[in-house]
Amino acid sequence: MSARRIFARPARFAAIAPYLWMALFFLVPFGFVLKISLSQTAIAQPPYEPVFDLTAGWAAIKAAFGALSIDNFKLLVSDDLYVFAYVRSLTVAITATAILLVIGYPIAYGMARLPTRWQAVAMVLVIVPFWTSFLIRIYAWINILQHDGLLNKILLALHLVSQPVVWLSTDSAMYLGIVYSYLPFMILPLYATLAKMEPALEEAAADLGAPPGAVFWLVTFPLSLPGVGAGVLLCFIPIVGEFVIPDLLAGSNSLMIGQTLWLEFFTNKDWPVASAAAIILLVVLLAPLLLYERVQRRQLEER
Amino acid sequence: MADEREGIKVAAAAKPHLAADQPLLRIDGAVKDFGAFRAVDGVSLDIGAGEFFALLGPSGCGKTTLLRMLAGFEAPDQGRILLGGNDIAQALPHERPINMMFQSYALFPHLSVRDNIAFGLRRAGMARGDIAARVAEMVALVKLEGMEKRKPDQLSGGQRQRVALARALARRPQLLLLDEPLAALDKKLRESTQAELMELQRRLGMTFIIVTHDQEEAMTMATRIGVMDAGKLVQVATPRQLYEAPRSRWIAQFVGDINLFEGELQSYDGHRLTIVTRDAGPLVVVEPRVPVGKAKLSVAIRPEKVKLSRRESGGHADQGPAINRLEGTVSDVCYLGGSTTYTVKLDAGGTVQSAIANTVRRDADAYGVNQRVVAWFTSNDCVVLEQ
Repeated sequence: MSARRIFARPARFAAIAPYLWMALFFLVPFGFVLKISLSQTAIAQPPYEPVFDLTAGWAAIKAAFGALSIDNFKLLVSDDLYVFAYVRSLTVAITATAILLVIGYPIAYGMARLPTRWQAVAMVLVIVPFWTSFLIRIYAWINILQHDGLLNKILLALHLVSQPVVWLSTDSAMYLGIVYSYLPFMILPLYATLAKMEPALEEAAADLGAPPGAVFWLVTFPLSLPGVGAGVLLCFIPIVGEFVIPDLLAGSNSLMIGQTLWLEFFTNKDWPVASAAAIILLVVLLAPLLLYERVQRRQLEER
Repeated sequence: MADEREGIKVAAAAKPHLAADQPLLRIDGAVKDFGAFRAVDGVSLDIGAGEFFALLGPSGCGKTTLLRMLAGFEAPDQGRILLGGNDIAQALPHERPINMMFQSYALFPHLSVRDNIAFGLRRAGMARGDIAARVAEMVALVKLEGMEKRKPDQLSGGQRQRVALARALARRPQLLLLDEPLAALDKKLRESTQAELMELQRRLGMTFIIVTHDQEEAMTMATRIGVMDAGKLVQVATPRQLYEAPRSRWIAQFVGDINLFEGELQSYDGHRLTIVTRDAGPLVVVEPRVPVGKAKLSVAIRPEKVKLSRRESGGHADQGPAINRLEGTVSDVCYLGGSTTYTVKLDAGGTVQSAIANTVRRDADAYGVNQRVVAWFTSNDCVVLEQ
């Protein structure tokens, strides 16, 4: 008994450490944002009211609480502009994640089947873009895609087109940028699951009469689902809130929620609406996370 | 229990139509290279329907590669593989009426025991009801009733092994390949499983090819053994032939323990052969299939065929075959329970090992270290091999 207690103490501390971290760096800031989202915009410093002043006494705090309202949320769900921004964000994220999965899976699968020596090389090749700043890489794409950019020059030189094609400021350019930027986040978890999968499992399926397609869909793919889930979440969630790539590569006629949020915060100085938009985004993103966690737990329980 | 098991009706595997003298499987000059390394080097082998054949050899000898060629995971670079007369060398794994039981079992972790066993049947397009019946039959065959809904990681090692066997048998393949099927089991379980596999093979009348590095396992289970070394099939024989008449020094040493004495041929009268050995003096051997052309020969004798006597008393030369008598001193005694292995330092210079069954409990007859003894064996118990 006593031995167990001695060993349990550091273990217990290790278990609460992530909760402490979450409380300090997520829950507390989240509380601030939530409070601001329930406030009203004001020409003041900070640019919203009411402001809690703990030195003003109990009555003032009570009054401040009374001044909180959900008007910002009502605005967000009733104004087409915001609803469209959410819908567009989700559409872009779903489409881009699907493209990422379709491109990333064969790459990860190919990597996992390479001789061990070459797997390390392939891994480095996947990670190498991270050594250059993300912004510089997106600007490089602008260079390639612009009117007199590399892509158009090549197409013209090959006589594939007679005049420059508009690439920049299109959805295609945005998807290209997103897929390019997020591909490693899709490949790495997929590769991790596929690499540790026993090759004999695929052989056994073939041995039992499954042609190559059936081997993939009946054995390889189901067994790689944890990796698919991790890769999809790692890409989908940040893409929904993506701000830089659509801002630099996509046209300005429709905005994603990240851009809308940025505009509200910095251009309109409407912190409360920006905060409310952030809160709704968070709630929207919690749904796939909870789903993933439930699936994970069910798999663990089945073990 | 026995009645219950015999009550299970198991239809025999669908037998291919073979001519009377046609082997089920014919491997004809199979070669497989991995880069510069020749894993399988011109193996030719016939295996008949209903055989329990073992491929035996040390790791890296090419036996697993040969098995994988039969399953279709490797294509031979040269040679043919005929199953029931059809060349299947280039056929894909899913096109072959052959199933394999993997060393790691390779059970699908996301599928239940039932779905693992049914996997091959579903691929064969069997009707639902037939699949259910066949799965039930297989589950009963390997005694896994009540486990159908479990996932592989909820099973013990022995149970997983049974699921793998049931899954491989379910399609009633013409040929079942077993890649070190018992390697992951502990000794007791391995022995009982060996017996069950043999019983199963006999009852189903199926053809089994097992790959193993364990010579005892091969000897126990197989009707014939093919010994492989460095990609070549060096001897194909029944367990008894392999043990009593190994074709080379390497095989003699690989299969069981053996004493080897190197020497030169002195005389041969067509029946009796005298070889002068460096370590044990002249030895007389009665050996009909002697390679007479060779001057340098080895005399091989299994330790259990070497008897010991106290000096002056052992071996009656007048009756029966000639006896080789080697005088020496016991230098080591290794008690193994059922038998004792004595190492005798011979006066002629070499050593000889003698394994003597402990047929009585008292050790009054046992020999001690430094005791003078005569190690003796009859001339027809030894084998002459080329050096």
